Amino acid sequence: MAPPGWEAVIGLEVHVQLATRSKIFSGAPSAFGAAPNEQACVIDLGLPGVLPVLNEQAVRMAVTFGLSIGATIHPYSIFDRKNYFYPDLPKGYQISQFAHPIVGPGSLTIQLPNGERKTVGITRAHLEEDAGKSVHDAYPGLTAIDLNRTGTPLLEVVSEPDLSSAAEASTYFRQLHSLVRYLKICDGNLAEGSMRCDANVSVRPVGTTELGQRTEIKNVNSFRFVERAIDYEIERQVGVLESGGEIKQQTLLYDADQDETRPMRSKEYSEDYRYFPDPDLLPVHITEAVIAEIRDGLPELPAQRQQRYVDEYALSSYDAGWLTEDPAVADFFEATTSACGDPKLSANWIMGELSAALNREDVAIDTAPISAGELGTLIARIQDGTISSKIAKTVFEALWQQEGSVDAIIDARGLRQLSDTGELTAIVDEVVTANPDQVEQFRAGKNKVLGFLVGQVMKATQGKANPQQVNTLLRERLK
Amino acid sequence: MADIDIAHLSRLAQLALDDGERARVLQDLERIIVMVDQMQSIDTGGVAPLAHPLDAGATLRPDQVTEEIDRELYQAGAPATERGFYLVPRVVD
Repeated sequence: MAPPGWEAVIGLEVHVQLATRSKIFSGAPSAFGAAPNEQACVIDLGLPGVLPVLNEQAVRMAVTFGLSIGATIHPYSIFDRKNYFYPDLPKGYQISQFAHPIVGPGSLTIQLPNGERKTVGITRAHLEEDAGKSVHDAYPGLTAIDLNRTGTPLLEVVSEPDLSSAAEASTYFRQLHSLVRYLKICDGNLAEGSMRCDANVSVRPVGTTELGQRTEIKNVNSFRFVERAIDYEIERQVGVLESGGEIKQQTLLYDADQDETRPMRSKEYSEDYRYFPDPDLLPVHITEAVIAEIRDGLPELPAQRQQRYVDEYALSSYDAGWLTEDPAVADFFEATTSACGDPKLSANWIMGELSAALNREDVAIDTAPISAGELGTLIARIQDGTISSKIAKTVFEALWQQEGSVDAIIDARGLRQLSDTGELTAIVDEVVTANPDQVEQFRAGKNKVLGFLVGQVMKATQGKANPQQVNTLLRERLK
Repeated sequence: MADIDIAHLSRLAQLALDDGERARVLQDLERIIVMVDQMQSIDTGGVAPLAHPLDAGATLRPDQVTEEIDRELYQAGAPATERGFYLVPRVVD
């Protein structure tokens, strides 16, 4: 949050790496992780005489995104050259879109952590090629260049300055991440740089409408760092202004280790990219028919799925939002629910036990050692009284260790809940006889002691008794 | 005559010009600007901006990997390479 008396004005530019097989202007592969320069072809290297040819799938993905945010899809868009020198940009220019982007104004409605909704304007989204990667610390005095990433298709999504706190900015980034994964236009892998974010930040006194001088924080690629970087920058700007200083327009890098922003050295001079239409590429025409076809193929979007969970499964908006953010989690939830028939219990187990285990072991839900079907069976065994909820946690751990199926684990470990009243009554008698003091206290009106006695019975049965049943039997016995 | 910031332009073009070269380049640029001014005197109010002289749309390519990559061949002309990387004088952000 901005310090008292101040408010922040924030806009984000998010680079979404499109999940195409080949590059945006060449037939080189765009997969991550190849050996250096093994995926840079003559076009990516900018060798003399080569010509770029636009990837149809990149265009379709841009249109898909545009339609999902209710944006105008421009029937005519052009590619421009953005000119600057840097060793990881072999042509001396980046092919981008400037005056005529493919996607025009739209908006994304986000749900804030407090449950409120906010509509964030999206100014535009345009296609461009990525640059290569510079490695500064591998060879003393030298920079090593890997051009594999050169030419990877990016969709740059530019928001309006509609965000007013670091938390809002990170929520927007997170929900944009969710959206592009639903649309299957990006793999969403932040660690591999599949989504990178630049934040434009300014502050102004509360109650004023004039925008303050802004700074730009470059290249942040985690939800947490976006929040921390913006928070730091808001504090810094307010500090400068309150001590009578001026904010300089500059480009900053966020250093996560030091938790601070600092100016980029390469941007000493004002930027002058001298955009002009790329003569190698003809204008892109998108017909109404193509737009209609893509619109018909749009999947259910995160916000729609969240609402459906509230309507269909009677989940809270919070639970529905939690479950639908990642499409893989939502798919898992639906499969679990159809296996056991209980959406609320499925939600509790996925958000509780399963999520904790996934975090602890750092695995993704689609590679978890427990399938949705198994979790559904486990929940069904709680419902039909075979095991208690407490014992279910033991079975869950055994499932995670892949000890076998739910029923095999219950049998092998003898975890079946005691349902034989005779056997249980005998244990209740033993506990009552062994604890005369507590029995006396209970009879004297100290109701809390019952919990202790129930605990003793549960202990004697190694947790296999049904606690409600024990409770009833004890009350009857002590009447 | 428009102001020409020759220092700025040579920096953008990454050209190290000595004083004599600067004077010559400045003369060339001034003549180019005279020509552009002449073109701008034409009334183009009713003409839509044109991004490309060809009256055609982009040909799109199916999303398939078609390029064969021969890194060794491509790097043969590079001044310095190491373990597949191109090496350049250090640039730092």
